[in-house]
Amino acid sequence: MSKKFFQHASLWLSLGTVLVIGLWPIVTHNALNRETAFTVLSAVALASSLNILLGYTGYVSFGHVVFFGFGGYVGFYTINVLGWNIWMAMLAGGLAAALLAYLLGVAILRLRGAYFALATIGINEAVRAFINNFAPFGGPTGMTLNFKIYKAYGGAMHALQLVFYIMVGLTIIVTILSYWVRTSKFGLGLLAIREDEDAAEVMGVITPSAKNWAFVLSAIIPGMVGAIYFFKNGTIEPGLAFPLRTSIEMIVMIMLGGQGTVLGPILGAAGYETMRDYLLVSPLFKNLQLAISGVLLLLIVLFIPRGLVGWLRQRYPKVRRWLI
Amino acid sequence: MILQVQGVTKRFGGLQALTQVTFDLPEGQILGLIGPNGAGKTTLFNVIDGVYKPDEGRVIFLGEDVTGKKPYYLAKKGLARTHQIVRPLNELTVRENVMVGACFGHASANLSTAAKIADEVLDLLGLAPKANALAGSLNVAQKKRLEMARAIASQPKLLLLDEVLAGLNPSEIASMVKTVRAVRDRGITIIMIEHVMSAIMNLSDRILVLDFGKLIAEGTPEEIANNEKVIQAYLGDPKLAERLMKGE
Repeated sequence: MSKKFFQHASLWLSLGTVLVIGLWPIVTHNALNRETAFTVLSAVALASSLNILLGYTGYVSFGHVVFFGFGGYVGFYTINVLGWNIWMAMLAGGLAAALLAYLLGVAILRLRGAYFALATIGINEAVRAFINNFAPFGGPTGMTLNFKIYKAYGGAMHALQLVFYIMVGLTIIVTILSYWVRTSKFGLGLLAIREDEDAAEVMGVITPSAKNWAFVLSAIIPGMVGAIYFFKNGTIEPGLAFPLRTSIEMIVMIMLGGQGTVLGPILGAAGYETMRDYLLVSPLFKNLQLAISGVLLLLIVLFIPRGLVGWLRQRYPKVRRWLI
Repeated sequence: MILQVQGVTKRFGGLQALTQVTFDLPEGQILGLIGPNGAGKTTLFNVIDGVYKPDEGRVIFLGEDVTGKKPYYLAKKGLARTHQIVRPLNELTVRENVMVGACFGHASANLSTAAKIADEVLDLLGLAPKANALAGSLNVAQKKRLEMARAIASQPKLLLLDEVLAGLNPSEIASMVKTVRAVRDRGITIIMIEHVMSAIMNLSDRILVLDFGKLIAEGTPEEIANNEKVIQAYLGDPKLAERLMKGE
């Protein structure tokens, strides 16, 4: 039993971390804590998703927020115009993001390294520009939910509560997904692609489809997170849905915790958000918050390029087996 | 015939890398491929395993025309190769490297079977003590063995070995030669590119000689060693001094 337990130690650690964050506002009964936890969990979900592409497959996407924004818009549209409930809207947002990722993957996953990264930035800007001019989604002014919609969920207070529970659930799902990918045969193929794509191809990894699936898997949850985030927010507009800054922050979180590990992005996202919260309310740092993120990324790349968990794995080879 | 190469021609811009290369390979043999540097040996490997598409000609593997098929298609069908310049998956362990071969190559194993295959193959190649080390931490000789282990773990029908002996010391060469024999005894057909003459003469059932992209000779090791054209192109020209003395 204990051997089996240790075999999946990293999954238990990861789920434990997510649960601690998720239970903290419930135990303390504090709405403010709930808002903080919601932000942290959405960061965890986004970072863990991007990690499937960036950490496991080795493809750096600088525009990953496009899936959050696009899923958010589609989800918002189904609620606002089609009158769907939040569950269906979330599903729609996830599927829309997955479909977008699939089509984009076919087009740009043949690019490698910096060219791929540049293409992802371009795509985020292109989708933002498109939505800016797309009348059904409200163009540049976006859309705003009718407040009455929350009635179906027992009022705005209850809707907020529900959205938080959904976020906890999504984060648990993404953690399990991330762990499954990392420890599966499919994931081994992705790691091989990350290390040497040509060698992987010669060894029989069907690289085009493996990369495309990794891209799709990394997009689904961000699409769902977008849908519930903007349902909670009550309003959506292009500037909120596609901030390049969030894409970069996702990368900082992954690098901080350890790219290519299950636990790393979770710790990285939680750590980064905690730091950001502190900096935003601190009178000394509140205007320097992004500058500090930039310096942080620089320091990580220079001194611990593998992040916290990667550093632990390197420093203590004994734990490498189960700390992933 | 496990492999038939028919009239393969490959050009890179103005460079004629391969010209009308044709040969057949029966099952169970070790075929040596020799020639001076730049003769097109590795290019021929790249054409056979689908990395390059030939400009002309066909490659028939296990009775199927596989010309222009992707490397992963050929790998699944039963082809494996090593690289002249080793390509370890650095951040993965040695065992994981070998498991990639077992999972995605012809063996198409699931993870637990692949782990078993990997341990067995690592044993065969003397890498078992390094199984949990990162591949990037190996030395050159060990990396060559790792290339070999990955290829064998895919349980191929045909194995292409690209200079697995280069850069090894004599005792490492001796043990690698033994390993190649052991692999052949498992029923795997082998084509090997090699510059270590004693080894290739020893191992090969048949030898092909490439020079400037053309096949200039084909035969048993004895025939090749005594072939005038081969001696001139590759082994050196023993009559050169004689001819110079005669003032030709």
